[in-house]
Amino acid sequence: MAIEVKNLCHIYGQDTIFEQYALKNVDLTIRDGEFIGLIGHTGSGKSTLTQHLNGLLKASSGDILYNGESIYREGFSMKELRSHVGLVFQYPEHQLFEVDVLTDVCFGPKNQGLSQEEAEARAREALALTGLDESFYKQSPFELSGGQKRRVAIAGVLAMKPEVLILDEPTAGLDPKGRDDILGLVARLHAEQGMTVILVSHSMEDVARYVSRLVVMNHGEKVFDGTPREVFRHYKELEAMGLAAPQITYVVHALRERGIPVDEDITTVEEARDAILALWKKAKGTGCCGEDKTC
Amino acid sequence: MLRDITLGQYYPVDSVLHRMDPRTKLFGTLVYIVTLFIADSVWAYGLAALFLAAAIRLSRVPVKFMVRGLKSIVILLLISVSFNLFLTPGTPIFKIGFLQMTWEGLEFAAFMAVRLIFLVLGSTILTLTTTPNQLTDGLEKSLGFMGKIGVPVHEVSMMMSIALRFIPILIEETDKIMKAQMARGADFESGNLIQRAKAMVPLLVPLFISAFRRATDLAMAMEARCYRGGEGRTKMKPLRYEKRDRITYLVYAGYFLLFLAAKAAA
Repeated sequence: MAIEVKNLCHIYGQDTIFEQYALKNVDLTIRDGEFIGLIGHTGSGKSTLTQHLNGLLKASSGDILYNGESIYREGFSMKELRSHVGLVFQYPEHQLFEVDVLTDVCFGPKNQGLSQEEAEARAREALALTGLDESFYKQSPFELSGGQKRRVAIAGVLAMKPEVLILDEPTAGLDPKGRDDILGLVARLHAEQGMTVILVSHSMEDVARYVSRLVVMNHGEKVFDGTPREVFRHYKELEAMGLAAPQITYVVHALRERGIPVDEDITTVEEARDAILALWKKAKGTGCCGEDKTC
Repeated sequence: MLRDITLGQYYPVDSVLHRMDPRTKLFGTLVYIVTLFIADSVWAYGLAALFLAAAIRLSRVPVKFMVRGLKSIVILLLISVSFNLFLTPGTPIFKIGFLQMTWEGLEFAAFMAVRLIFLVLGSTILTLTTTPNQLTDGLEKSLGFMGKIGVPVHEVSMMMSIALRFIPILIEETDKIMKAQMARGADFESGNLIQRAKAMVPLLVPLFISAFRRATDLAMAMEARCYRGGEGRTKMKPLRYEKRDRITYLVYAGYFLLFLAAKAAA
């Protein structure tokens, strides 16, 4: 099970004055069970790329293979592809429309041809995964708070039991608590359900903590692809693209410049805390910390 | 799909027509439409075609782009042509049942088709070379005299410019919601009429909600910036006639006179 993107190009408004390359020769292989962060500045082509992965947009040239089979082959069922590759759009709560939460989540499974009971069972399962309290199930989705609406919308995709889950900026417009909740939910889905997850974001901070692989897009091209550690080493190039490495990367590099030997591959605040504390203890033992010898 | 509608879509290139005062273009379109409706001979239509061709040439908008706007009137065109073909009394060409095609009908239908096509192309040039804001500015100023008899000209033109501004936003929004529902397995393309109508619900409900939300947000933002209607409101770019506008008005006069001459000669 894998998605292979081969030499993908997408041109918006082809043959008009508005013609614009959205994707340029993108090659990408998404293996089973991966947790990928797809990062890029606004307009870098990351959303366009995700919409190709479940066939909502058709490539201008290039190919996409799902389990070794081209999705542009004659007779390939896009509907089936879409139930395997679930896509949660940006601000997904804008797609809610039903009279109550449960019915709205049932929309996907019912489109898959499941009976009312099966669809409802799936919906309850998906809603439980998102951690939304059962007392909300019969409420109108429009009466919920922003974070709750978003859970309902994500459940709407989860209820289709996709093998690959793509989330486009799932934390946009949420407060820090809501953001951590949603990211925690996504991490749980990957860890417990074994879902392949692609998290689209422009915030390094969000992504660094969770993903095992980072893909960086810029001007429609893939520029970096590797573990967060590998990618953050290019923090100067990232900055030139309007992206910043996590703040902690800057702290670590600043510390190293002052002669404090913190590991440069640290990507999260927690790791940095542990490393600095360990160094601190060691320094206390020798009675010195770093070259400025202020202690 | 939805993107193929060119009517009401500005085409950003730099040309004489783009730089022209919107009032001049509005007046020109008006003159052109009037001439189309009083045209009754090949000469008159030829002159109108020449005028149109010149305008298209000056606008520097590719003809291909303009012709795309005609797609939306194909059905209207077919209906009016067939009515004129078969329901005009005169010398018959052939007869099927009670329907008979006449020479007069053929001539009339041909003129009708040309008139409709010219009409759409003419107004398309206006909207392709003028931004919605310029257009409503022009309308507001040219119709300003109606304010004296109690017509809320400013309010109407503000409503128009907001409505026009919202068309592309709502098209984009529709596209997004459509995709989001397709990702959830919705099917907008197959099924009979009733099934298709039902399939629109997941699209229309979110669309209406977002349109209302946008409307209240916009109203709030306008009030926050002290919008209180047109009275005493100044403009950042007030409309002012330039030399090219005066020349264009002369061209209109020339065209109109020539047209009357062609009509008289026929």
